[in-house]
Amino acid sequence: MGRKLLLNKAHVEGILTYEVYRREGGYRSVEKALKTMSPDQVTEEVKKSGLRGRGGAGFPAGMKWSFLAKPEGVPRYLVCNADESEPGTFKDRYLMEFIPHLLIEGLIVSSYALGSNRTYIYIRGEYAWIVDILEQAIAEANQNGWLGKNILGSGFDCQVYVQRGAGAYICGEETALLESLEGKRGNPRIKPPFPAVKGLWDCPTVVNNVETLAAVVPIINDGGEEYAKIGIGKSTGTKLISACGNINKPGVYEIDMTISVEEFLYSDEYCGGIANGKRLKACIPGGSSVPILPANLLLKTAKGETRMMTYESLADGGFATGSMMGSGGFIVLDEDQCVVRNTLTLARFYRHESCGQCSPCREGTGWMEKILKNIEYGKGKKSDIDLLWDIQRKIEGNTICPLGDAAAWPVAAAIRHFRDEFEWHVDNPVESQHRNFGLAHYADPLPVPVTA
Amino acid sequence: MTKFSDDKLKKVQEIMARYPDGKQKSALLPVLHLAQEEFGGWLSAETMDYVAGLLNLEPIEVYEVATFYSMYNLKPVGRYLFEVCQTGPCMLKGSDDIIEYIKEKLGIAVGETTPDGLFTLKTVECLGACGYAPMMQLGKNFREHLTREKVDSIIEELRARAGN
Repeated sequence: MGRKLLLNKAHVEGILTYEVYRREGGYRSVEKALKTMSPDQVTEEVKKSGLRGRGGAGFPAGMKWSFLAKPEGVPRYLVCNADESEPGTFKDRYLMEFIPHLLIEGLIVSSYALGSNRTYIYIRGEYAWIVDILEQAIAEANQNGWLGKNILGSGFDCQVYVQRGAGAYICGEETALLESLEGKRGNPRIKPPFPAVKGLWDCPTVVNNVETLAAVVPIINDGGEEYAKIGIGKSTGTKLISACGNINKPGVYEIDMTISVEEFLYSDEYCGGIANGKRLKACIPGGSSVPILPANLLLKTAKGETRMMTYESLADGGFATGSMMGSGGFIVLDEDQCVVRNTLTLARFYRHESCGQCSPCREGTGWMEKILKNIEYGKGKKSDIDLLWDIQRKIEGNTICPLGDAAAWPVAAAIRHFRDEFEWHVDNPVESQHRNFGLAHYADPLPVPVTA
Repeated sequence: MTKFSDDKLKKVQEIMARYPDGKQKSALLPVLHLAQEEFGGWLSAETMDYVAGLLNLEPIEVYEVATFYSMYNLKPVGRYLFEVCQTGPCMLKGSDDIIEYIKEKLGIAVGETTPDGLFTLKTVECLGACGYAPMMQLGKNFREHLTREKVDSIIEELRARAGN
């Protein structure tokens, strides 16, 4: 059993309530931080922990905090990004639904570190029932003196509010989120200035993912150094992985980052293997925008090494033969799945979610969807595959925010690794309408490069 | 006449108090949610103008927001809105079949409402229930692990509820 720091208490009966959460040791980190530490000491512990942003980008959280500008007399804000919308990702939902006080606790400590007296949780609009759960937890925290004025006599005031979005993937991008929180369309801002300097209402702001802020609780309780002892290299601590697709046990798992992809996928502690006795064809290991990998590159790197569930190992080989940890949305495709169709649904998703500000993304995502639709429905040409490649190249890196890249990468990776499946669709327009390409050679062991 | 009840107006005040002075435009998204719930499940021009007046905004500021976010309905919808996810992870678990089945069962296409005004079918993009696929949003909640039988029972349940 791996170490669990976030979900270890998630199944305690009644943990949703303040009484049980507190009885189980909840809010200790607030006591420790507010009574015995300065805000900068809290930030220092987070830095020491090596905690990386759990929303997808993996940027060191402590460093992000240290960038926050602190001009005299200007309010600073902490905003919790609970807009979880990356296909395959449902970990933050799980945390908020089952152990909401952990997030509130993390928010209070983090607000203290950053000097945020008004902290917002921006949650995707579809998680409507979770708004009620969070507001209940906030009300309980207020009643018990963990929020409000002069918390624990520390002189620190803090209030937490929940803001509900209204259906827009783009609002998970931090500057779009801030626009939305200001009551506007979710159009990302040009950076710089970064939110740390000019964020919510032009004030210095830190935006962190739900899981990142929850992880602050064990970091403060046990110390940053203890946290950093878990995991491998720069992948410290534990990570929530939401596993879905054709597996026996879809769900949210907390892993310490020391296990292999193979163990995660096949052991009964986690995904429990491929459903219905089928074989693995492909996997998108970190949410829909990260590169899809064929079975043979998922379990081993191109160098023939075991691929681990860490930031570094998942990215081993770059985009040529690797992928990314991303948001931890682990999507598994069995041998009966069609990579073209899967790519089409993702292209449609990004076309639907493009905010329309930048032409390469607005136009390019539409073209990619149309071309993929033609290929999928037996109307494609060979040249369409090169055209798709060309379009994704022209989107990537040419937009204000990373949605363009997120839209380009899945298409690029699908063509890179599954080009013969696309070609088969073009060559077999009739057959491809009632049969899938199947597993083909995608699980065959790769030749291991000989090293001197 | 489009007007919130006193209760709802109090709620609007509560929402506005969440933001610093002068930043009440931030209340727009939550108040639009409230308005949609209150005024028939969609946002008419009249409703949007009313919200603009309440928050002291120009109507265009409300329109541009209402048209950006997919959860605001700009046309009337049935009493029950089926929002079925069709993105990758749901597709892998058979959402295409579920959507076809609902179309067949209700005799409507995506985007349409049944003649009795009870059901509207909409397809949506990933709602964050990938591990419990296929799924749909129904009002405030998710209905997950959908099968044809489950769809049947949801429709029956809602018809019975509407009959009361």
